[in-house]
Amino acid sequence: MKAKHQRLILVLAALVAVIGAGLLAASALKDEAAYFYAPGDVKTKGVEPGKAIRLGGMVVRNSLKRAPDGVTIRFDVTDGKATVPATFSGIAPDLFKEGSGVVAEGSFDTHGTFIATNLLAKHDERYMPRELEGMTYNETTRQMQVEP
Amino acid sequence: MIAETGLAALWLAAALALLQLVLAFAGLKGDKPDLLAAVRPAAVAQGVLTAVAFIALITLFMRSDMSVLLVASNSHSAKPWLYKFAGTWGNHEGSMLLWVTVMGVAGAAVALFERALRRDTHMATLGGQAAISLGFYAFLLFSSNPFARITPAPADGQGLNPLLQDPGLAFHPPTLYLGYVGLSVAFSFAIGALLTRQVDAAFARAMRPWVLGAWVLLTLGITAGSYWAYYELGWGGWWFWDPVENASLMPWLAATALLHSVTVLATRDALRAWTVMLAVVAFSMSMVGTFLVRSGILTSVHAFAVDPTRGSFILGLLALYIGGALALFGWRIGAVREGAPFELVSRETMLVINNLLLTVILGLVLIGTLYPLMTEAFGHKVSVGAPYFDRIAGPIALALMIAMAVGPLVRWRRDRPIQVTKRLFGFFAILITMSILLSILAWDRIGILPFLGLVIAVAVGVASLAPLWKRNLRRTPLFTYGMVIAHLGCAVSLGGMASDSAFTVEKLVAARPGDTIQTADWTLRFVQIAPIAGDNWTALQADMEVRRGGAPVMIHPQSRFFTSPPTTTSEAALLTRWNGQLYVVLGEEVEGGRWQVRIWWKPFVTFIWLGGVMIALGGALALLGRERRGWLMKFRARQAA
Repeated sequence: MKAKHQRLILVLAALVAVIGAGLLAASALKDEAAYFYAPGDVKTKGVEPGKAIRLGGMVVRNSLKRAPDGVTIRFDVTDGKATVPATFSGIAPDLFKEGSGVVAEGSFDTHGTFIATNLLAKHDERYMPRELEGMTYNETTRQMQVEP
Repeated sequence: MIAETGLAALWLAAALALLQLVLAFAGLKGDKPDLLAAVRPAAVAQGVLTAVAFIALITLFMRSDMSVLLVASNSHSAKPWLYKFAGTWGNHEGSMLLWVTVMGVAGAAVALFERALRRDTHMATLGGQAAISLGFYAFLLFSSNPFARITPAPADGQGLNPLLQDPGLAFHPPTLYLGYVGLSVAFSFAIGALLTRQVDAAFARAMRPWVLGAWVLLTLGITAGSYWAYYELGWGGWWFWDPVENASLMPWLAATALLHSVTVLATRDALRAWTVMLAVVAFSMSMVGTFLVRSGILTSVHAFAVDPTRGSFILGLLALYIGGALALFGWRIGAVREGAPFELVSRETMLVINNLLLTVILGLVLIGTLYPLMTEAFGHKVSVGAPYFDRIAGPIALALMIAMAVGPLVRWRRDRPIQVTKRLFGFFAILITMSILLSILAWDRIGILPFLGLVIAVAVGVASLAPLWKRNLRRTPLFTYGMVIAHLGCAVSLGGMASDSAFTVEKLVAARPGDTIQTADWTLRFVQIAPIAGDNWTALQADMEVRRGGAPVMIHPQSRFFTSPPTTTSEAALLTRWNGQLYVVLGEEVEGGRWQVRIWWKPFVTFIWLGGVMIALGGALALLGRERRGWLMKFRARQAA
């Protein structure tokens, strides 16, 4: 094979790979980038049950309840616009508390309860999940009092 | 006094780097040998001076000199000595100083020991190295001086984040940094070769040890980081697709591609332009990684330095170096002559496929990592997480594994498709047998990716041993063993990942002391819980007796409290057996005197890191083999003379 042809084939292969990768990324991003939801988004856009997402917001004060099994907790997550009930079975991170920010990974069940499989809370005082920047509890509680 | 000495050494080193840059390029341009003669001593002196600065900082940390701002804000006098020592680089300024030190010492090594390069390329390389170093010196001296004083000095420091107080994490960043900096040397080589138009096999042979060394260290660093996250964070996972993890994965992917293409260039004199391009990309990725981690632009579990001004400084450096290198590449690559030709069915083609697949994964990871940043620039917040990365990286990684199994069985330059197919017969036989076997045993129990992962892991594992088939094992060169072990390591790792995601058994309960819990074939008896105290923490520690058949073993998961800064961490108890690991975490106390206990039985999970170590070992053997061959040839030449 001539060097010229060989180079052409290589360039074509590279081109196909790059375009393929671009398409793959675009399709995956379209599906998966709708990955983070605040409770307000859930209300307006809706999330189909079973789809893996991240739900982020503030844990509503006095909403945290522990089931008799000792390892399941129920709590409400709010962003001031809407509130979503959530459950989690497992060992909650130390910095997971009422009135604090949380990002939960999991999916909704058919009753609209968020079943969290993983909780991401602050890992130290300085760390705040990026998605929660700009959300503060005071704002959300004020909103909460307006909503019944 | 020590702090001032360190700072002075740093300024001197920066001045020398400037001198080195000017001398190298003025000397090359005007062909003045006396100017060039001063380049090597400048590089060596720079290495010594940066080492002095770094030793000064270590001394300050070991002495807990609280009059130094960096020590006061990142250390504590009551800390164990190991963490005072490791605390030196457990912060932004210290880690940047570590970076320039490694770079200075590496530059000195290039100046002293590099013999394979032509003299002008060698000088241009040292000039390029000086240009990179200068940016980092400027960064340190103008925006992150590690030796700044604080008055009045506090009595005690603020301490180190307890999550970082772990032997694994103490030595994890330096390993990665050594890898990053090794890639900077490869980058300088590429710059030097472009400047003197010497992109050929000799250049590739000179560059290869640096790429190999960097790659071995990156592999070890990533493996250690993954194991640390697994045992320290207590969530039982080993990869998170966190931006900081991606920041170390991306240079690794680029270095892996570079490693293979530099081998093609060194042995077959093909893929010249592509190899230079990859050297540029690999170092760019380590710069992007540093940028992501250090700028705080992507918040992450690991990003412990958040400062936008520094971010823009690194971004500026990034633009300058990557832009400069790409411009040089575009300007000079036309002058690089074409290398040796090869046929479509050949080892070269397989390595091109490997390179393309690695580059595609790299591109997709880069897109996923930076996408949230890009959309945020348009006022739209998005987060990209594990589902995206799993979906794109999984299938391509499996394709890559198959290419890896096939590649070594194809001959260099040209091969016949029939012959290759014959050689691959065993591979396909195992692939099919494994698929049938797994379908019968566990079809409905595991997902498609773990299924394919297990099948491919076994087949690739066997195929990667094939290059040793019918060979005289004593006369097989060391680097062939290196390749075989590294490829086998990939299969072992893949097997561990697939097994962990397919067969892990998990149990979560609230138990009282005295209770017995059954998980997989393990029986766990919760004996008691009691307080204990460590160097700078107190803990509640559970005593648990586990058994699987045979004699019982005691394990002790803890919940630890640190006072400075006040933090709680949970220390998982791990029990390692040949076929897996038992992972037990202690949670909080709940009503009725019960404690949350989470137990995982993870079959063959340790293979993930064992594979990582094997990959690094393979790289190290290849490096040793190549170097030893060089020494032997030199020795024989001397004897003949």
